[in-house]
Amino acid sequence: MLSLVTFLPLFGALVIALGVRSNPNEARYTALAVSLATFLLSLLLLHGFDNQSADFQFMEEVAWLPVYGLYYRMGVDGISLPFVILTTLLTPICILASWESVQKRVKEYMIAFLALESFVIGVFCALDFILFYVLWEAMLIPMFLIIGVWGGPNRVYAAFKFFLYTLVGSVLMLIAVLAMGIKGGTFSIPELMAFPFSFQFQVWVFLGLFASFSVKVPMWPVHTWLPDAHVEAPTAGSVILAGILLKMGAYGFLRFSIPILPDASRFFTPLIFSLSLVAVIYTALVALMQRDLKKLIAYSSVSHMGFVTIGLFTLNQQGVEGGLLQMINHGIVAGALFLLVGVVYDRMHTREIARFGGLVQRMPVYAVIFMLFSMASVGLPGTNGFVGEFLILLGAFLASKTVAVLAATGVVLGASYMLWVYKRVVFGEIRNPEVAMLDDVSLRELATFVPLILLVFWIGFYPKPFLDVFHVTVQHFLEQASVVKAGAVAIR
Amino acid sequence: MSENLLILLAPLTGALIAGLLGRKIGAKASIGATIAGMLVSAVLAIQVFLRIAAQDGQVIHEEVFSWIVSGNFKVHFGILIDRMTAIMLIVVSGISTLIHIYSIGYMADDPDEPRFFSYLSLFTFAMLVLVTADNFLQLFFGWEGVGLASYLLIGFWYKKESACNAAIKAFLVNRVGDFGFALGIFTIFLVFGSLDYDQVFQMAGSGKFKPTVDFLFFGAVDTITLICLLLFVGAMGKSAQFLLHTWLPDAMEGPTPVSALIHAATMVTAGVFMVCRTSPLFELSETALGVVTIVGAVTALFAASVGLVQNDIKKVIAYSTCSQLGYMFFAAGVSAYAAAMFHLMTHAFFKALLFLSAGAVIHAMHHEQDMRRMGGLFKKIPMTYGVMMIGTLALTGFPYLAGFYSKDAILESAFAAHTSVGTFAWLMGMMAAVMTTFYSFRLIFMTFHGQPADHHACDHAHEAPWSMRGPLVLLAVGAVFAGVVGLPVIDAGWFKTAIVLAPGHDALAHSHHVPTWVKVLPFVAFVVGLVAAWLLYIRLPTLPGIIAETFRGTYRFLANAWYFDRLYDWMFVSMAKKIGEGLWRTGDETIIDGYGVNGAAATCTRIAGWLRSIQSGYIYHYAFVMVIGVLVLVTVYT
Repeated sequence: MLSLVTFLPLFGALVIALGVRSNPNEARYTALAVSLATFLLSLLLLHGFDNQSADFQFMEEVAWLPVYGLYYRMGVDGISLPFVILTTLLTPICILASWESVQKRVKEYMIAFLALESFVIGVFCALDFILFYVLWEAMLIPMFLIIGVWGGPNRVYAAFKFFLYTLVGSVLMLIAVLAMGIKGGTFSIPELMAFPFSFQFQVWVFLGLFASFSVKVPMWPVHTWLPDAHVEAPTAGSVILAGILLKMGAYGFLRFSIPILPDASRFFTPLIFSLSLVAVIYTALVALMQRDLKKLIAYSSVSHMGFVTIGLFTLNQQGVEGGLLQMINHGIVAGALFLLVGVVYDRMHTREIARFGGLVQRMPVYAVIFMLFSMASVGLPGTNGFVGEFLILLGAFLASKTVAVLAATGVVLGASYMLWVYKRVVFGEIRNPEVAMLDDVSLRELATFVPLILLVFWIGFYPKPFLDVFHVTVQHFLEQASVVKAGAVAIR
Repeated sequence: MSENLLILLAPLTGALIAGLLGRKIGAKASIGATIAGMLVSAVLAIQVFLRIAAQDGQVIHEEVFSWIVSGNFKVHFGILIDRMTAIMLIVVSGISTLIHIYSIGYMADDPDEPRFFSYLSLFTFAMLVLVTADNFLQLFFGWEGVGLASYLLIGFWYKKESACNAAIKAFLVNRVGDFGFALGIFTIFLVFGSLDYDQVFQMAGSGKFKPTVDFLFFGAVDTITLICLLLFVGAMGKSAQFLLHTWLPDAMEGPTPVSALIHAATMVTAGVFMVCRTSPLFELSETALGVVTIVGAVTALFAASVGLVQNDIKKVIAYSTCSQLGYMFFAAGVSAYAAAMFHLMTHAFFKALLFLSAGAVIHAMHHEQDMRRMGGLFKKIPMTYGVMMIGTLALTGFPYLAGFYSKDAILESAFAAHTSVGTFAWLMGMMAAVMTTFYSFRLIFMTFHGQPADHHACDHAHEAPWSMRGPLVLLAVGAVFAGVVGLPVIDAGWFKTAIVLAPGHDALAHSHHVPTWVKVLPFVAFVVGLVAAWLLYIRLPTLPGIIAETFRGTYRFLANAWYFDRLYDWMFVSMAKKIGEGLWRTGDETIIDGYGVNGAAATCTRIAGWLRSIQSGYIYHYAFVMVIGVLVLVTVYT
């Protein structure tokens, strides 16, 4: 079942590669159908998922190269399942968003997207470290291509910067993974969670994983690839990048660093808090001054992800659940904001804030949608952003008041850049004659927003079904995180 | 669904219909839908008020649905209606209904009517959620909800740069306040393990909680003081108190009905409501009460002093609101919560009346707001003049009108508190009372009396349509009688369980027994202010100019509202922009990218050249290197 969800998109990609000839529409419809089917299948997973169990579910294990200890192991729990669903939800939206804006090499584009979806789902489901690593790396290739082939004018620089950053991280992660596998005698993640690594060993391995995960989050100061990658990526690329790829770093901390290396994680918590706080405040201030709309949203992503990492490392129920929920929220809201940038970029071929202004007069529906997601982004109660941010800050307050107070300033800064940019883009008189010719969002574009809007309010008013998926798993996770694996001896 | 829930949901339904379908069903249907929703809400509110007032201390408490649950953190949406909420329901629903009706006439020429009415109803919904909350998070929900509506309505005329900026300013200053509020909520949860009023107040009353909390670099601080002060920061933002007041005058960029409803009668009083609602906590901290008193007293005087010299008719009333809110706060600060709530109620009537009358003047003058270009209007629009005079008299405490009862109750309570902060507040309040009368009559004289400054505009001035005049009359009735009718609320114990008083905190009870001169003094203040205004603006109209010229420094200091805007612009706005730009250009581009990434890339290119020579292409070379690598790994980690 899990493998079906994971590899259905890849199969679809294969069908497009072999079956579809040059007609771009055929590729578009096939990709859309496959991604929708995957989404529906993933809902079945959610339906069959048992909230009350902290165990991995839908487990699959096939010996791959048992001689070398390599197994194909898959499974989901309350931490990974939401991200699988988020992925399967955002992919059809991305395909829909690329319907008209991508005109060259449509077939290859769709193949890349579906392959990306498979690899990403695989990353979230993998329960074997080697499998995880392979998929983690594999995923880079379609993403690299999406930016490098279908991106903007400066795409090659951006693609390479993206690749370089992540590659350096990956190499260190590989060493960490191998070291754990050799020491623990297995690459099975559930088994490694129980293995008592010494403190010193944990510290080194933690740093290795940290190198890779922190780049992906991205945490300050390794965030500078993100604005460039976003600016050059096509709209749908940005949506996937912000919506899902950024989540993988935080997911990595949650799945591997904290449960497998609890002592080191607690040891490094102050470092994570500090870097996250810098991210929250620093990048919010930088976002304030951006001239490029997409870059602004990109910087805001870094700031919001700073909240997430704070939440995860509070190591209490509210903080971790808030962090998890905020990852989902950010996927929805940042995804939608990038879609919104795409809507005007498709029409005006610019993202320069100064060239907009007065959009509401031509695009009232667009203005409403933009307002809605801006409010979700600044965490207004009633939207999903509030529930996540509030739980994170509450958790942070219980863990460290200083961290909570400093992080909460990010809420004020977040409102400043978001409202200011909204004013400059949407309100005011029309100064640019091009704006006077704009059409409001089309039905196809509206279709990409509607599911996201519904989620914003659903999570905002009734987050229970979402939090229920987390509860038991997070409790179990916190038990793991509080274990002293190394024993008193090793802590010097 | 209970009918109590319907009080909230009816305006929301109206807002959704007008907001989502406005362009399809047209302006008339949208207005009809929102007003219908408001009427339902108002009728039910009156009904529930009568029910609550008739019963002896019964409260309505319903849980609606569970909102956020995470571990031991549990919060739901609920409805709590006690006597305090019941008063707020009447004020909010009632005045909002009148203002909806008034807006039919006022906004008649605006192409965006459905949007306007949708926002108004949305605001009302959020405000009702705020006052019916039974826990702190729901209070916060309504709190930020009204903030959103305020933001949307201030920026309603989005083509105007100044309106957009004012909207952002209002939102951000309130966010600063909410920052404190949120920290207060966190502390409450940390200490009491719950956010429900019932549980928190009960635990606080029984003293079963940690008496001190470590907070940042302050070390161990008194728990209750910390909570109250953090909450009060939120109240200062929402109620535009000294230091966080700068957004309110700018908020006058919004259409006048908005100023009346949100920035005078209801939303800005939310801070006062919050302090009164949390009286079981505030009563436990003399420090917090002292701070509330001082901030309130300073605001009362500060805002009144600035109001003396404003020339924009709406700004005068805005500063007046700010000042009156200060009165309410220092009343709460001396534990005269009932007097604060009483003044909140009477103020809602006469201040809404003043704003709406000002709106009628502006309407008559074709969107002119500068009083220097008015004058002599009383003959052209006598009815507006009449109701505005009633509002002014009610505000300035003319005997037997609404403000007379509530303001005197506050001043006498402050005097009767017999504490140094109480006396300070009384002194400030008395001085502010003189100023209040002065600026109020200055407004009346400049607008309605004397010679018209602009004959053309004056000749074309006309009374507003009946949809506008009707609400004015009703509010005028309220401004006259709200005091007499509402007087029982300051009787001891009227609020029952809604207000908790610590032993010895009986300033309000003692206020009836203050010396006669204290009781008469407010009237003296009224006469002094009135005579001064008459002298300067009727008898010797050249004198104000001469005074302004002679005391130029003082005049400019007041006219610029003590230079807070400039200070904040420099301290926060330009600083944030400068720092942001610096971090971006220097931090990201020069240091991280320049030295880090691109530097590394350049180094890589150099090393790559060297590495190229190693890449021989022979498999066994690679295999050899791999073996060594694995060996190293195994050696290190086993």
